[in-house]
Amino acid sequence: MRGCSGGAVADRGDGVADSRGGGSDSRDGGSKPEGGVAGGLRVRRFESVLIALGALVLTAAAGAILLALGGHHPGEAAAAMVRGAFGSRATFLSITLVRSIPLILAGLAVALAFRAGVWNIGAEGQLYAGAAAAAWIGLTGAALPALVLVPAVLLGSLAAGAIWAIVPAFMRVRLGVGEVITTILMNFVGIHLAAWLVHGPLQESRGVFPQTDPIAEAARLPRLVPGSRLHLGFALALVVAAGLAVVLRRSRFGFRLRAVGESPEAALIAGRIDAGRVLVVCFLLSGAIAGLAGGVEISGLTFALYEDLSPGWGYTAIAVALLAGLDPLGVVVAGILFGALQAGAGAMQRDAGVPAAWVGVVEALVILAVLALDRLRRVRRRGGV
Amino acid sequence: MTAAELDFFLQASVRLGIPLALAALGETISERSGVINIGLEGSIIAGALGGALGALAFDSAAVGVLGGAAAGLAIAAVFAVFAIGVGADQIITGTAVTIGGLGITGAVYQARFGATGTELSLPTLGAVGIPGLERIPVVGSALFDQAPTAYLAYLLAPALWYWLQKTPAGLELRAVGESPDAAKAAGVRVLRVRFLATLFGGALAGVAGAHLALAHAGTFAENMSAGKGFIAISVVVLGRWNPVLVLFAALFFGAASALQFFLQALGLDLPYQIFLALPYLLTLAALAGWVGRARAPAALALPWESE
Repeated sequence: MRGCSGGAVADRGDGVADSRGGGSDSRDGGSKPEGGVAGGLRVRRFESVLIALGALVLTAAAGAILLALGGHHPGEAAAAMVRGAFGSRATFLSITLVRSIPLILAGLAVALAFRAGVWNIGAEGQLYAGAAAAAWIGLTGAALPALVLVPAVLLGSLAAGAIWAIVPAFMRVRLGVGEVITTILMNFVGIHLAAWLVHGPLQESRGVFPQTDPIAEAARLPRLVPGSRLHLGFALALVVAAGLAVVLRRSRFGFRLRAVGESPEAALIAGRIDAGRVLVVCFLLSGAIAGLAGGVEISGLTFALYEDLSPGWGYTAIAVALLAGLDPLGVVVAGILFGALQAGAGAMQRDAGVPAAWVGVVEALVILAVLALDRLRRVRRRGGV
Repeated sequence: MTAAELDFFLQASVRLGIPLALAALGETISERSGVINIGLEGSIIAGALGGALGALAFDSAAVGVLGGAAAGLAIAAVFAVFAIGVGADQIITGTAVTIGGLGITGAVYQARFGATGTELSLPTLGAVGIPGLERIPVVGSALFDQAPTAYLAYLLAPALWYWLQKTPAGLELRAVGESPDAAKAAGVRVLRVRFLATLFGGALAGVAGAHLALAHAGTFAENMSAGKGFIAISVVVLGRWNPVLVLFAALFFGAASALQFFLQALGLDLPYQIFLALPYLLTLAALAGWVGRARAPAALALPWESE
């Protein structure tokens, strides 16, 4: 089993591959990465936006056909979905944007990993680990002031997510076991761990429901827009996205990361880059960001850990990252779009009688459409150049 | 532990191991052709729903198994079109197919039976004892008083081994998985072999799902596949891509999952969720200990296109 196959998405042509195409071969492994990358980047940005728009059109078309086959009215379903997601300022702020927060953060985690050629399918488990840590710190640190407790909760969730990624990272780098399966297995362990916590040691003091007591007031994120449910986590997600965008494009580490994502062997030979170290750092950073997604959800919205906290955000994050072309700022847009999809799904079920499970089908369609269009782009480029 | 408890434990081990064995045997064939199908989970859940709907429609568990195979094959066909036909990344395609499979089965189930989920009463796939063999001491009734799908797994494992190792078609399939370019030069239709191998794997995963619904649970529930597709893919690695070893690895994992009954019988008061997490932890441990010594087909997970 080969975790890193240098597959279709990780080597989405930025950085090394594109600069080669642009004839700046000599700069590839050298000390001035930016010059080589910048030329390819503009083309790539334009292309990935085109691919994303095309994928959405294809998804809408295929989704409409499938809904019609399922005996539903696609127009009604779409109208209900748009109403549920964008119907009013309140629904947009309190439902759509709030739903998008874990999707953006988990999407960033996936995008970062995929850029480095790390197939982290484990955002779901890392998110649960982060949520569990946040709940635990938020409960036990009740005596602390908010200025200490909120950062502690967030740092705790970052650390827990990274810890959850250690096992697959170690198995990939040291034992040569591909991370696809191991991260998925860790997802199930994480989900059961959270279930055990809320049934056992962290169960609420009444002992009735499988959930924790509410975390301390001082552990909660403030509201971003008064009167809505939109919390500081949204701003945090934007900051992480901007930070990753800068790191990926401007920093030495970002260049190494992209180089390793293209080809670990080439990175080693041409740039003397220790691929193993870059992979581990990326893996843990990706896990940390996914963990933050869980922590932010607890400290910004639910204020308690419970079973089935996540309806599969860690998997939806893959669709988010791919639709965004693995670009951090694109992830923000794609995350809001998927937040709208999830917000609208409830309204669709209520008003148009379409089961919310259709969201999974839409996510799959988005991924498949992006893959197909990305493939088309490559074939055309190869033929054209 | 009494003889009756041991018997119960062994029974449960085989019952839990069979769906893993069926799915893993199919995945073995597709991986030997160079295709890793992470969408196996989607085929299993579709097989479970297809099995339930087929069995309900015709009031026959046997038809249910066929329905499960067809549903698993349909999901694998979607995977094959993108991962083999289009040449997209196999890991991502498989993930999408799993998400989509879980979604569409949930949607169909809710549309058919309502959002709350009525308890289905399905025609079940009962155990059929094999005269003589079921009387073997200790393991006899566990191995040979099972649903017919279990016997399918027993027969398929050696048959697939023979087919892979001793027949020209099996050689072609292995060549496609090791060196598609060389296989093509020798006149093998690479994409066709990969398509067929993947569809075969999907159909068997569908049978595994039907077994879950008809022989194990007696009902369908959303997400009832619960990661078995991923464990099955691990089982293929543990069985070193050899069908006979894969069968044994699957039964071993069945036993690991059945440990909860065993430990409860011993009176150990461990939290329930620990038992639920145990198969995944054991799979991780086994992968860590074994994989270094196993060798995957050389062209596994690499898309191939004719020049």
